Amino acid sequence: MAVAPRKPPTKRDWSWRSQAFRGLLYQILAVLVIGGVAWFIAHNTAENMRVRGIKSGFDFLAQPAGFDIGESLTHFDSNDPYWKAFLIGISNTLRVAIIGIILTTILGTLIGVGRFSRNGLVRGLCQTYVELFRNVPVLLQLLMWYLLFTEFLPDIADAKQIGSFFLSKGGFTFPAPVWENGHLWALAGIVAGGVGAWLYRRWAQSKFEETGHLRSMFWVPVIIVIVGGVVGWIAGGAPAEFKLPVKGEFAIEGGGALTPEFMAVLIGLTLYTASFVAEVVRAGIQSVARGQSEAAQALGLSTGQEMQKVLLPQALRVIIPPMTNQFLNLTKNSSLAVAIGYPDVVSISNTALNQTGRAVECIALIMAVYLTTSLLTSLFMGWYNAKSAIQER
Amino acid sequence: MAETIVFQSLPSRPAPVNTEGLVPWVKNNLFANWQSSIVTIVVGAFLLYYVPQLINWAVITATTVANADACRAEGVGACWGVIREKYRLIIFGRYPFAEQWRPLVATLLMVGLLVMSCTRMFWKTWLIAAWVLVLAAFFALMYGGVGGLSVVQTDRWGGLPLTIMLATLSIVLCFPIAIAVALGRRSRLPAIKTFCTIYVELIRGVPLISVLFMASFMFPLFMPQGVTIDVLIRVLVGVTLFAAAYMAEVIRGGLQAMPKGQAEAAASLGLSYWQTQFKIILPQALAMVVPGIMNNFIGLFKDTSLVYIVSLYELTGALGLALNSDADWRPFKLEGYLFIVAIYFTFCFAMSRYSLWIEKQLNKSKLR
Repeated sequence: MAVAPRKPPTKRDWSWRSQAFRGLLYQILAVLVIGGVAWFIAHNTAENMRVRGIKSGFDFLAQPAGFDIGESLTHFDSNDPYWKAFLIGISNTLRVAIIGIILTTILGTLIGVGRFSRNGLVRGLCQTYVELFRNVPVLLQLLMWYLLFTEFLPDIADAKQIGSFFLSKGGFTFPAPVWENGHLWALAGIVAGGVGAWLYRRWAQSKFEETGHLRSMFWVPVIIVIVGGVVGWIAGGAPAEFKLPVKGEFAIEGGGALTPEFMAVLIGLTLYTASFVAEVVRAGIQSVARGQSEAAQALGLSTGQEMQKVLLPQALRVIIPPMTNQFLNLTKNSSLAVAIGYPDVVSISNTALNQTGRAVECIALIMAVYLTTSLLTSLFMGWYNAKSAIQER
Repeated sequence: MAETIVFQSLPSRPAPVNTEGLVPWVKNNLFANWQSSIVTIVVGAFLLYYVPQLINWAVITATTVANADACRAEGVGACWGVIREKYRLIIFGRYPFAEQWRPLVATLLMVGLLVMSCTRMFWKTWLIAAWVLVLAAFFALMYGGVGGLSVVQTDRWGGLPLTIMLATLSIVLCFPIAIAVALGRRSRLPAIKTFCTIYVELIRGVPLISVLFMASFMFPLFMPQGVTIDVLIRVLVGVTLFAAAYMAEVIRGGLQAMPKGQAEAAASLGLSYWQTQFKIILPQALAMVVPGIMNNFIGLFKDTSLVYIVSLYELTGALGLALNSDADWRPFKLEGYLFIVAIYFTFCFAMSRYSLWIEKQLNKSKLR
């Protein structure tokens, strides 16, 4: 007996059974709830600020800051306005972050590659390093480095001295070249050398594709850049005046100086993040198929060539995304500098917050700075990632 | 005429070179070629020079007498006496001295529960009941006010119990939020997707310390007039919201790795969205990302040290509390730091080993 065909469901678009309707309802609900919470918070904040007499707005940025900053790239004193203090904070954060990222990449890559060394001692040391440094909170490491630099180094009066380099509780002081216009020529020479090196590499690559003869792709370009710099320096009159630090009674004057705060933040962040970068590099290298390494050996490449020309370029694709995360972590962790008094943007905002009581504005500034930095770093690494991705035909 | 071929046995081959035992290991791993030999000698000399000095400082000339003058004596290395003198302040912070058995029992309960939760034998439904019980017992012991225990306000809590509580509670509380946000980011509904994406990217773009500042300075402004919330709870909310964003990304990674066929099969069986997610997708996706979740937990455990900056005295803060104001013991802060480094290291190292073990366990099911 034939079963009577079921009637097709009548179209009921605006009922609970329609997925589109439910979706719309959920979304309206979400917007209402989040909007409600936002309104609740904003309303309370405005009300609280009115009752407590807290002023709001960013007008305080133009007022004199009234505090000194221990280290800054430009001159700053307590009569300068808050906005200048914030800029100095940002520049200090960026200084630590950029130098830290460069050092971390170098150290982390070396240690990550070191875990594949044929030498058992090197392997063991690298593994110990990674386990030791990544299992201890970074804040604790920063505090320990700061303690080492401020308690266990000699006083300024009997600073350790090697030539014109001094190391003491006052920090690390070193001879710095005196800026002259001749240095501009040297910089121009380096830029010209860079262009020359790029042209050389292009030429060498095309020759390689034509004849199969591979010229030096690393040392020759490096030499071109160095020669460019030296020629420029000589053309600029070879300025070679150095400002040497001189030990006075209470302080070491002149020359360049790294404060103990800066060194503690930089070294602490670098060593901590390098242990994570080492793991990223190790995982990346391990992700390259075993056959690649065997094929490289079958072609007679040396261990160094195998790593440099076969394994690392392929591992790079796996490495870049987690590496970006580590760079961002380093930048964000530099905010811990507030614990040891390095005047980064968080530290300065914290001081400004305590002086002006404008919590909302100061915290918003911190967040804006880090969000911008994170976004820019992600964009740059995204571009680099796209560049190094496999070029599929 | 053909020559007669006489069968002649070849000389036997030499026995294979020994590849096992100490000597060949040393030869292969330390002196394989001349570069390796140089590295071994340089690194070995470095170790031989510094490691004895370190042992000398930390063990041979060290003193364990809890006497600051004995530590200052000439030729004395590490002063472990500082820990003997101050360990209760470092581990329990400002908790009333006579009542410190309470945080001790509470911490042991919590750690015992964590260890149990990590052991396969105990993965039963009653574990959830155990969690509820232990958490209740933890707060009853810490706060008091029940069974004749005196009340201890949260501003006196500190040290290791605070560290463990913050890490455990925030990871437990962040889990439901993280699952909701991870599902939301993959939702087809544009408004929900946008909110979830903004939340995750916003939180992941800023350092934890700014979230803590917010919890500590701005949160009181967010509440209606007259409502005050304990600073510990504010910080816990901040840490939880922070951890949830990172956890959501880990879970989303698992969701994305699920083959599409699973969801399609569920749909063809007539399961609804929520049934599909909770019965098919999430169980598999979560199992896949257990190592990532463990890593997050380790990170969070270390990150709790940051609450020291907003004046909560967990381990790091308690150490400062113990030593900064005491001129006698202040010079031996390094030994104090090494003590809490050892505590953090023990916890984190154990967790990372566990993470490796569980990864192996999970991969077992994929082996054929």
